[in-house]
Amino acid sequence: MSEEYDNNKSYQAQSSEVMDGSTGSVNPDIDYVRPSEVGEQELYHPHSFIEKWVFCQDAKVIGVQYFLTAVFTGVVGLILSWLMRLQLGFPELAGFMTAEHYYQFVTMHGMIMVVYFLTALFLGGFGNYLIPLMVGARDMVFPYVNMLSFWMFFVAVAVLMASFFVPGGPTGAGWTLYPPQTILEGTPGAGMGILLMLISLSLFVIGFTMGGLNYMITILQARTRGMTLMRMPLTVWGIFTATVLAMLAFPALLVSAIMMTLDKVLQTSFFMPTILKAGEVLEYGGGSPILFQHLFWFFGHPEVYIVALPAFGIVSDLISVHARKNIFGYRMMVWAIVGIGALSFFVWAHHMYVSGMNPWFGFFFATTTLIIAVPTAMKVYNWILTLWRGNIRINVVMLWCLGFIVTFVNGGITGIFLGNVSVDVPLSDTYFVIAHFHMVMGIAPLMVIMGAVYHWFPLVAGKMLDEGLGKWHFWITFLGAYSIYFPMHYLGFIGVPRRYFEMYDSPYMTSAVGMNEFISIAAFIVGAAQFILIFNIIKTLKTGKKAEQNPWKANSLEWYTSTVPPEHGNFGERLPVVHRWPYDFSVPGAKEDYIPQTTAPSEVIHTEVEKT
Amino acid sequence: MSEPKIDGFELKPGFKGMASDTASDQTMFKGVHWGKAMMWIFLLSDTFVFSCFLISYMKGRGSTPVEWPNPSEVFALEAFGVPVPLLLIALMTFVLITSSGTMAIAVKYGYEKNRKMCGWLLLATALGGLTFVGMQAYEWSKLIHEGVRPWENPFGAAQFGSFFFMITGFHGFHVSIGVIFLFIYTYKVFAGHYEKGKKGWFTKLKGDYVEIEILGLYWHFVDLVWVFIFAFFYLW
Repeated sequence: MSEEYDNNKSYQAQSSEVMDGSTGSVNPDIDYVRPSEVGEQELYHPHSFIEKWVFCQDAKVIGVQYFLTAVFTGVVGLILSWLMRLQLGFPELAGFMTAEHYYQFVTMHGMIMVVYFLTALFLGGFGNYLIPLMVGARDMVFPYVNMLSFWMFFVAVAVLMASFFVPGGPTGAGWTLYPPQTILEGTPGAGMGILLMLISLSLFVIGFTMGGLNYMITILQARTRGMTLMRMPLTVWGIFTATVLAMLAFPALLVSAIMMTLDKVLQTSFFMPTILKAGEVLEYGGGSPILFQHLFWFFGHPEVYIVALPAFGIVSDLISVHARKNIFGYRMMVWAIVGIGALSFFVWAHHMYVSGMNPWFGFFFATTTLIIAVPTAMKVYNWILTLWRGNIRINVVMLWCLGFIVTFVNGGITGIFLGNVSVDVPLSDTYFVIAHFHMVMGIAPLMVIMGAVYHWFPLVAGKMLDEGLGKWHFWITFLGAYSIYFPMHYLGFIGVPRRYFEMYDSPYMTSAVGMNEFISIAAFIVGAAQFILIFNIIKTLKTGKKAEQNPWKANSLEWYTSTVPPEHGNFGERLPVVHRWPYDFSVPGAKEDYIPQTTAPSEVIHTEVEKT
Repeated sequence: MSEPKIDGFELKPGFKGMASDTASDQTMFKGVHWGKAMMWIFLLSDTFVFSCFLISYMKGRGSTPVEWPNPSEVFALEAFGVPVPLLLIALMTFVLITSSGTMAIAVKYGYEKNRKMCGWLLLATALGGLTFVGMQAYEWSKLIHEGVRPWENPFGAAQFGSFFFMITGFHGFHVSIGVIFLFIYTYKVFAGHYEKGKKGWFTKLKGDYVEIEILGLYWHFVDLVWVFIFAFFYLW
């Protein structure tokens, strides 16, 4: 497969260059692709076990390293959520847990899942593995910096985990870390815990910046011949736009982390107003807690899309491949991704409607928030229209994709409620909010991750994951996730506040107790179901069926490497030459129902391929 | 630098050119070295860092209940028995902007493969940066001597010291990093690493004089940031 591809197509293009060396003129050869601008990338090949598997400069190994580290933190976050649910559903069984413990679990669960799990998994994991393969590059453009990026992330995770073991434990201020309470005595982990959290976040930002520069420059400056921006798979577009967002949003997090560290360590008062505590005026005074909220959410809202956009991109590719149909409205999908990314910088204060800021300010942000629904809805319609009359394979990957669409629509619609100031005010800080963001940025992206794992595992490991176990995994997760989060909407309506350790004798007690027990049981089951995937991976690695090259009959370049799994340098002797977009599925007149990106136009001259 | 020549691709001027470059394959910024593109994007990200600092400073200064100290009094330096406002800062700014000039010429000589001149000018730039950091250290010690601390100061709002030390400190950190790299590259140029094709210490890859230009981009950026800090902190 790969040899045929290498020898025929790229040589054909080569010979056409010789025939026609003139620039800019109309070229009669329809297979012509202009020659390479950038010479061969110089790669450093590893010489030892450590250079090959530990301090490795190959983006694919770095991607797997990111993936595994992120999954490890994700499992920690999962266990924390179990502990929280144990307290909420069955407090009598959770006698070991104090209110302080509960707040610490809430905080660490949130921070781990948003930053160290989802962000690292999508950008560090999938980004590193897929970008060079999908754009047809040998590796990331700065492999050494890429390696540093992972190890910086690793240190950030180590520092974060260390906060579990310091005196006072990790911070319990909530993942938003709002001052002044975050660093004041009385909040759990206000000593070492919060300090380690801030240091860890700063390290994460530095590490991510190194990776992000790599992703951006690889996509912008290291594409293969024929690979235009509008021929890139949407996965690459999603990861690219998310990386741009991250490069512009993480600075605000870094700055707020630095300022809060100084407030904590040097008793400055950037965020600290005059505080009266037990009749005593504290040393702090004159700072602005709202400033922190603005900085934090200027990071925090784009962060939502940093997680969502790669998921949008990946799911588009998965749906297209498994529905054997081109993605509906490719260009619109690209512009929707870019538009959502741009808009996401103008909506941050919708997280702050109850912060006491000027109400008119809130209405401005309500408007921008609702405008975001337009490109988002466009994407949902396009996914559905891609499925429409497609040749759908109902396999595990497709199940996850369908699960994603449903869950995402669900979470998106509750977002429209919360985006309106007057509806948000009574609902803010209730379980409705929890239900909303877990649906839209927790479960929905997670479904895409699962689909992506089942889809690309044959590429990474060369073996097919077990479909039967996969279906169990999907159905338990899908139905279970709805059992967890659907009732939470109702809990929010009756006014149950979030982040409460216990309900005591509040009026919600009677209606909330049974529901909390039900949610907790569902959460235990869904959490446990995730270990099916881990079991499936281990089982497959040991005894799984060997995957053929390109088992899904996809078009994008990652399936056309010289070996499976791809080796260092990705594409063997010659880089592929691209002639089309990756969505030429079921083209009328074509022999197969797919036309790889590398197929020259002269080979499919009698078919109705899209012009890309 | 001359216009890059791209085989099989016509570079057009203006917006049309931008559109056709963007729509083309392989690269978006035609003829731009990877490292150079990376530095530009890094600097964009770093701009956001400094913007966040400066906007926080404006917010902090605007909302503090205590009066803000008068910068032209606090930053005055006694020369011949007369307090001259902003004397030291003016000197610091002059030195830093001059070093930007020597850096620019170093880049030019680098591309001309004039190893010696490039090296000397890099050294001059590094020394300029070092002088700047030294003067900043002097300014810090003078203010600390007068009782200015990150958490309090005798002149007015406590946030004055907080923002001053944080922002100038963060900028000074950038300058120091730049100085370290300037010395390293001075050594590399004088030792002729680019001519010999010697591989990098860490990356194990060959370098090129374009690295001097990339370093120059960073250095000019640090300079530009200083102009903003100067305007917002010392002149306001």
